[in-house]
Amino acid sequence: MTSESLRNIWTIAKRELVGYFNSPVAYVFIVIFLLLNGFFTFMLGGFFERGEANLNAFFTWHPWLYLFLVPAAGMRLWAEERRVGTLELLLTMPIAAWEAIVGKFLACWAFLALALALTFPVATTVCYLGDPDIGGIIAGYVGSLLLAGAYLAVTVMTSALTRNQVISFILSVVICFFLILAGWEPVTNLLVRWAPDWFVNVVASFSVMPHFAGFQRGVLDLRDLLFFVSAMVFCLFSTSVILRGLRGA
Amino acid sequence: MITVENLHKEFGPKKAVNGISFSVKKGEILGFLGPNGAGKSTTMRMITGFIPPTSGRVTVGGHDIAENPIPAKKLIGYLPESAPCYSDMTVHGFLSFAAEVRGLHGTVREDAIRRVVGQCFLEAVLHQSVDTLSKGYRHRTCLAQSIIHDPEVLILDEPTDGLDPNQKHEIRQLLKRFGKDKAIIFSTHILEEVDAVCDRAIIIDRGRVVASGTPTELRGGHARLDEFFRSVTVSDTARRAD
Repeated sequence: MTSESLRNIWTIAKRELVGYFNSPVAYVFIVIFLLLNGFFTFMLGGFFERGEANLNAFFTWHPWLYLFLVPAAGMRLWAEERRVGTLELLLTMPIAAWEAIVGKFLACWAFLALALALTFPVATTVCYLGDPDIGGIIAGYVGSLLLAGAYLAVTVMTSALTRNQVISFILSVVICFFLILAGWEPVTNLLVRWAPDWFVNVVASFSVMPHFAGFQRGVLDLRDLLFFVSAMVFCLFSTSVILRGLRGA
Repeated sequence: MITVENLHKEFGPKKAVNGISFSVKKGEILGFLGPNGAGKSTTMRMITGFIPPTSGRVTVGGHDIAENPIPAKKLIGYLPESAPCYSDMTVHGFLSFAAEVRGLHGTVREDAIRRVVGQCFLEAVLHQSVDTLSKGYRHRTCLAQSIIHDPEVLILDEPTDGLDPNQKHEIRQLLKRFGKDKAIIFSTHILEEVDAVCDRAIIIDRGRVVASGTPTELRGGHARLDEFFRSVTVSDTARRAD
């Protein structure tokens, strides 16, 4: 990777972020994200009633919260470019398609990271009331961010498939829902009845949940990290294939 | 600067471009004429590297656009047909993005923005959001984007579309000035524009070049260019009967 590539990625990412904050989307998203997080953690999760000095009541909802919020944040990334026609502008500029894909992805991921970072009062509350394992909290945040990144990469891919943001949103929710459910027992039990073992195992291995759970136990396992990173790389690579197909047709 | 050799583009069974060849030298303005759907925009999209040709070759400044796209694209300024702009930005924000993609930063970038804002008459809307602009302003914002890096090659798909007569006149003057040291291809429906601006024009119809020459040559025996245009192209209404 040359410094020119890095500069191009930064230019694309910066434009994307400026676009977010020039419209109400960013502010609405952050407020809703924080409100829902609060609701799930304190009302449904029983944060105080648990009497535990950790953030399990907080992180445990993230796979479900992100299921809708991450596709909502990322659905416009390519769909809007296609609808408005700026895709033609972007892809005739002297930048490589992968630089644009990575730039857009990183911008949206950074935005999600900002929203996640604004939940810091939950962490400081735990630190104030009890004596939590700081390393465990950090691992939880890292896992949550990686999960958001994996969902976002799926959304980037579905967003390139269509010029309609709603379709991109729905496709992405469905795929992410599959990634949650793939390893869940009722689903694997359903498969065990007719599918060979190896197939059940392959389906189950797509699940994000065991990898996410590792981080929530406070364990930073290289294999979990590798799972999320390879999911992102795969989806972003697929995006480049989709974009190439669009131009060829 | 620009050479196009035997360019073909097929969309499924439909031949959008069917063997177009031409070249444009530095200091030359080439007018691209043809009825709607003749293949003008498709040809321009292939020259700018947005879509790959089915067969044929395009070089810009000696760089093959398919094999060596980045150096070729650096030389090109492009105004797409619909003049798309990022609507969630201000005009200034959009132009500084375009400048930075072209490698202009700091004061060089600001100077470039000031220059194109003057050339495209955007002073009044510089800090306005793009989605509040009228069609004419939006069109000129996209035009400004295409000339921000003072490119050697300009590809403009209907640059005067949606402008009022005064603005059309100004843009034509601008093109003439640019034409002295750049290679320019622009497409248009307006035949007087060809007379007023172009050194040379190509008329394409149904993916083929049907005529090419200076505006005077093209006019030939005909008193007006549009008579000649009608004689070499098939109109939309006639085509439907095929």
